[in-house]
Amino acid sequence: MYETTYHRPNSIDEAVALFAKASEPRYLAGGHTLIPTMKQRLAAPTDVIDIARIPGLSGIEVSGEAVTIKAATTHYDVARSDAVRKAIPALCMLAGDIGDPQVRYRGTIGGSIANNDPSADYPAAVLALGATITTNKRGIAADDYFKGLFTTALEDGEIITAVVFPVPAKAGYAKFPNPASRFALTGVFVAKLKSGAVRVAATGASQSGVMRLPDIERALAASWSEATLDKMRISADGLIADVHGPAAYRANLIGVMARRAIAAAG
Amino acid sequence: MPTVQLTVNGRPVSMTVEDRTLLVELLRDHLGLTGTHVGCDTSQCGACVVHLDGQAVKSCTVLAAQASGSSVTTIEGLATGDELHPVQAAFRDNHGLQCGFCTPGMIMSALDIIRRHGGRLDEATVRHELEGNICRCTGYHNIVKSVLDAAGRMKLSAAAE
Repeated sequence: MYETTYHRPNSIDEAVALFAKASEPRYLAGGHTLIPTMKQRLAAPTDVIDIARIPGLSGIEVSGEAVTIKAATTHYDVARSDAVRKAIPALCMLAGDIGDPQVRYRGTIGGSIANNDPSADYPAAVLALGATITTNKRGIAADDYFKGLFTTALEDGEIITAVVFPVPAKAGYAKFPNPASRFALTGVFVAKLKSGAVRVAATGASQSGVMRLPDIERALAASWSEATLDKMRISADGLIADVHGPAAYRANLIGVMARRAIAAAG
Repeated sequence: MPTVQLTVNGRPVSMTVEDRTLLVELLRDHLGLTGTHVGCDTSQCGACVVHLDGQAVKSCTVLAAQASGSSVTTIEGLATGDELHPVQAAFRDNHGLQCGFCTPGMIMSALDIIRRHGGRLDEATVRHELEGNICRCTGYHNIVKSVLDAAGRMKLSAAAE
């Protein structure tokens, strides 16, 4: 790891001010992507600004209509939240299956969404549920937020403060994890919103990062069942082909994971 | 350079280190607590697991400065004098190790799993939750046996208190 300067501000304003002054700063939350990246010298921030302990930046609020998860809330805290389990059980299940127990104690929802790894789990839930990403400046709709691999609508220095998920009528998530890294080789999140709208998103599959699946959405809107997808062929165009599997394999996984997600949603 | 203040195995520690110092480096290189191992150095293998404020974390993926203000327990902090902690004793009695390199991390993770699940621990849960700890010798069978045995011993000792 190259030299860096560590900061631990006590407020978002202080964090933003530190960010503005530094030459190549990065925010740090759980650190379970940034620190390994720095150790490999793939990232070399001059300043690391630790926002994980800023008062008020973690916690969960659940109302009848929405689940608000503040940015520095860990995967562990989401996975074990009874309030979240009652409102959106698929979200607890997703959080409880990220990485391993040690990673879940440290990793945060804000960090995951800000990093937007193409194989991360949370982006699928955020996009499928049509969540709103709240920052220190504004609210961003999920459809406007994800901009491709490791790219988001966040501006320089902008900090995610919370993710607001509307409580759906039904939702489910299923992933095929890479057995070594536990990242999603392909994961599919299906949601039927209270408005009746169906939204489906896949992670780990597309070369452009998390994506919606309009064909599956239309089919499920007509008939919400696993059988609806039995004869559907998923195109392999634009899907990831790598050492773990060719594009056609991931296309097939999308269908399989979508059916499992529907089964999980009930 | 930040001054890192920690409680390590019950002992207060105050130390000025480079900002880029990892928690595992502070423990091993600065405090001489070499029971915590560095295996993969990429957050996969779990040989470096310690407890940070009571939670099992991979100390190769936490900056020492991030941990400042927290309490750390390492493998050296488990035994009471010559008396092994019940998890250590269970690993010894069940032959839960061969080369021993992964064992400190296994034991710290095992204790975390037992604390979280208490008496409801079963074999499938142990296998699933040991996902973040890699052993290249045992095939895990005796490790799982050790964790279940330790859970039973800790339940008994809690009931006796």
